[in-house]
Amino acid sequence: MRVLSIVQWHHFAYMIISLALLGYGASGTFIALFRRTLEPHFEAAFALCALLFSVAMVACFVIGQCVPFNALEIIWDRTQFLYLSLLYLVFFVPFFFAACCIGLALTCRSQAISRIYFFDLLGAGAGAMLAIGLLFVSYPQAALLILVALALIASRLVGSGETAQWPLTLAQFAWILVVAVVAFGGGPSLKPSEFKGLSQALEVVDSEVLAEASSPLGLLTVVDSPTVPVRHAPGLSFNARHIPPEQLAVFTDADGMSAITRYDGNPESVAYLADVTAALPYTLLDEADVLLLGAGGGDGVLMALYHDVRHIDAVELNPRMSAFVAHTYADFAGHIYDDPRVAVHTAEARGFVAKNDRQYDLIQIGLLDSFAAAGSGVQALNESYLYTVEALREYLSDLKPGGLLAITRWIKSPPRDNLKLAATAIEALAQTGVEPGQQLVVIRSWNTVTLLVKNTEFSGNDIDRIREFANTRSFDTAYFPGMDVADTNRFNLLDEPWLYDGIHAMLGDDADAWFAAYKYFVEPATDDRPYFSHFFKWRTLPEVLSLRTAGGAGLIEWAYLIVVATLVQAVVVGCLLILVPLSRVRRTWSGGLRYGSYFLLLGLAFLFVEIAFIQKFTLFLGHPLYAIAVVLASFLVFAGAGSACSTRIARKSSIAVAGIVGIAFIYVQVLPLLFGWLIGTADSLRILLSVVLIAPLAFFMGMPFPLGLRRLAEEAPDFVPWAWGINGFASVVSAVLATLLAIHFGFTAVIALALLLYVAAASLRVA
Amino acid sequence: MNVIREPVGRCSVAIVLLLLALPAFAQDFAALRADLVDEIRQYTLLVGDEPMRDDVLQSLNTVERHRFVPRDQVRHAYENRPLSIGYGQTISQPYIVALMTDLLDPQPDDVVLEVGTGSGYQAAILSGLVARVYTIEIIEGLADEAGERLQILGFENVVTRLGDGYFGWEEHAPFDSIIVTAAATHVPPPLIDQLKPGGHMVIPVGGRFAVQWLLLISKKDDGSVVTRQIAPVRFVPLTGKR
Repeated sequence: MRVLSIVQWHHFAYMIISLALLGYGASGTFIALFRRTLEPHFEAAFALCALLFSVAMVACFVIGQCVPFNALEIIWDRTQFLYLSLLYLVFFVPFFFAACCIGLALTCRSQAISRIYFFDLLGAGAGAMLAIGLLFVSYPQAALLILVALALIASRLVGSGETAQWPLTLAQFAWILVVAVVAFGGGPSLKPSEFKGLSQALEVVDSEVLAEASSPLGLLTVVDSPTVPVRHAPGLSFNARHIPPEQLAVFTDADGMSAITRYDGNPESVAYLADVTAALPYTLLDEADVLLLGAGGGDGVLMALYHDVRHIDAVELNPRMSAFVAHTYADFAGHIYDDPRVAVHTAEARGFVAKNDRQYDLIQIGLLDSFAAAGSGVQALNESYLYTVEALREYLSDLKPGGLLAITRWIKSPPRDNLKLAATAIEALAQTGVEPGQQLVVIRSWNTVTLLVKNTEFSGNDIDRIREFANTRSFDTAYFPGMDVADTNRFNLLDEPWLYDGIHAMLGDDADAWFAAYKYFVEPATDDRPYFSHFFKWRTLPEVLSLRTAGGAGLIEWAYLIVVATLVQAVVVGCLLILVPLSRVRRTWSGGLRYGSYFLLLGLAFLFVEIAFIQKFTLFLGHPLYAIAVVLASFLVFAGAGSACSTRIARKSSIAVAGIVGIAFIYVQVLPLLFGWLIGTADSLRILLSVVLIAPLAFFMGMPFPLGLRRLAEEAPDFVPWAWGINGFASVVSAVLATLLAIHFGFTAVIALALLLYVAAASLRVA
Repeated sequence: MNVIREPVGRCSVAIVLLLLALPAFAQDFAALRADLVDEIRQYTLLVGDEPMRDDVLQSLNTVERHRFVPRDQVRHAYENRPLSIGYGQTISQPYIVALMTDLLDPQPDDVVLEVGTGSGYQAAILSGLVARVYTIEIIEGLADEAGERLQILGFENVVTRLGDGYFGWEEHAPFDSIIVTAAATHVPPPLIDQLKPGGHMVIPVGGRFAVQWLLLISKKDDGSVVTRQIAPVRFVPLTGKR
């Protein structure tokens, strides 16, 4: 996933990996069809599959980069679908062989199903932690080699006993040699798409990579371009008399450029920072206390220092990025992080805000996406807790009286995220009981919008200063209290004053009708539905598709379509690879539909609960990596424990399901309150509490699958791999389906559905 | 070893290449070009109230786009879509090229600056409409190829250069119009300075394969600038509003 996110774009990486996981389901088909051949040679088959898994990991890495797939061209060139299919196939192979190992063990050693499933889940949990740990200390391609070695060890462990065969042994040692050579040679290299920002930057004459730093949060690459300088100044006024000084470009996953700006201590050298829309709040503040969320390359800190603030808390999620500014390029950046006024914090923004007691004059969120990414429509449909109603309310509560929240985003045409941001701000203000329209200001340049929210009403003096700031820089005011429509559209003309009209509609009595009539989904994001970048509406699709080649390619919201396409492909391919072949296997047993439904429902429900609770715990743990590592590992390990204890504690799946439903129901009611009380405690305590909370739920969740599998092994052992395959298919579908359901209905609804699915599974009385 | 077949194989390739140069193939490209221009004419009627200038469309009909794309893209040269030209760059969708050219409102005496030569196609389109085109490219391979291509094809009023277009081309400034196809987070102030009063600057905004809108910058007589966001397609984001 990390490799694909660097070489391609994140949501295509998501798509490719989601479908590659069908390899798990397909392994069940394979084992079911060839069981009689494989079972007598279990150790050799297992060892061979583990070896092939090891080989395939490297092969797919190399071959995958040779496939000339260009995600950006997919709307123009049907050949890209062929290349995409090739990528599915390439990445399918290692998952297939890995799953064959587990499927073989479950099939051929069915007397120890619970123990095998326990170790499977234990290994998966440990693997989740290991992967994150490895990515902190090595590049993705080096981490890959370690995983290759682990698979090789598994192959040797199983394939070296009395049943060991010399061709396999020879192949294992030959592969060990190849891996060693590759490892000592520095490992395979990554080749990002030529259309990613990093690749394009390196085409510029005399440009070069100065440094790289890798972590699970992304691969950072620092590029110097002495002949054609970087010049990153989003939304710079046409009237600006100053241009950016020398800058270093910093790319995240080969795209998403930000900049480290040279600073010699002379504020005039960065005077350009006063002529961008993001500088607006400083026109209303003197000697401010500032909280900057998303410090990046330090431009926000530089802007604050230029405006002579009193104190800055600069929050940056990626410690590698902060290290570049604070250490590696400290001289270049003018040691801004050593300034006594600046305190840098490595933290996730919401987590920092939740724990922090300090109050600020200004909370600023700068441009966190690159211009190219925002404009090309290839932003991932990730969850974001930065721009939800609850987030804005938290920010507002951390402001001193008269304090400001300032958020800057790129402009899209027609407006989408800026309207959604305004809608979110209006809702947040409305929930605090104030009149939103009196506490909101929006200005825009030709490519950026800055939204200001004040925790008191904007005064006439404030408005005058805002108007002067905008006029002298040829920025347009898009909204301020008491604004006349004649004040809009003066410098950067639009066909219609969409922002002005939209905000007025949202503030009016017919807001719901306006939201319904707008062709993009711009209703506020919430913590339960944290998909800020979701703008898609189905009814808009026919129109924008018909305009695709007539200049309308930029109208299409690709991220959502990719999720839907992934689901459709997963269902179709899953049916072809798994369900259809297995349905044609001659059966002498009538329980197929009942058992098949049981494992299908379990596969869906398990991942629904897991994904939904990962999101619930992300905010509490305050860091997405902690959430994934702690929650995922805890779910897997304790589910494994539940699997191992399943026969002793709950002989029937109905007992396990009762435990799941009861605990999950309580958590949905209680966790928001609990998290609210304990959000300010130490990281270690919150991690421990998370593990303690997840343990009982996951424990019971680990039981239904092995209980059913054991029953199946007694009644119809030939169909154990079939159950494994169906469960694998359901896992793939559920991961994508959970995202879609959460987008439309929220994570609480996903949990509710999961509980219904568990109850439905139990009602089949399989186990 | 196919000794007998080899000379035959080489001969076949030569024959194919020869055939491609024949007028018959040239006519194929001409017909495709005419169809493309027709398609663009239809699109422009969907966008605005005024049709595109005939001389702009004629320029698209004259300039052989297939000579500006890599060999493996020739078969797509007259499709109305952007194409990869290497170095992570594209030759723009012909419709967008036409729209940008039309927005510049080129006149026969105009001197135009282009920042981001790319394949040289846009410069070639402008070449037949204005007095002179100065075009700058920051990628050496592209600059060399485009320069050579434009020279061979006889676009004598196009001057190419490898370099940083941020500061424009001062020795030939001011310009009647400027077109900026190189992506940037802001409009370089020096380019605004080098634009004549009454002149226009056009910048496509968005991704390489999906232009979101065209930024039209107009410089007034007093030196101030006004921008207009030009949507390449008529799309009203509110149901019920026209």
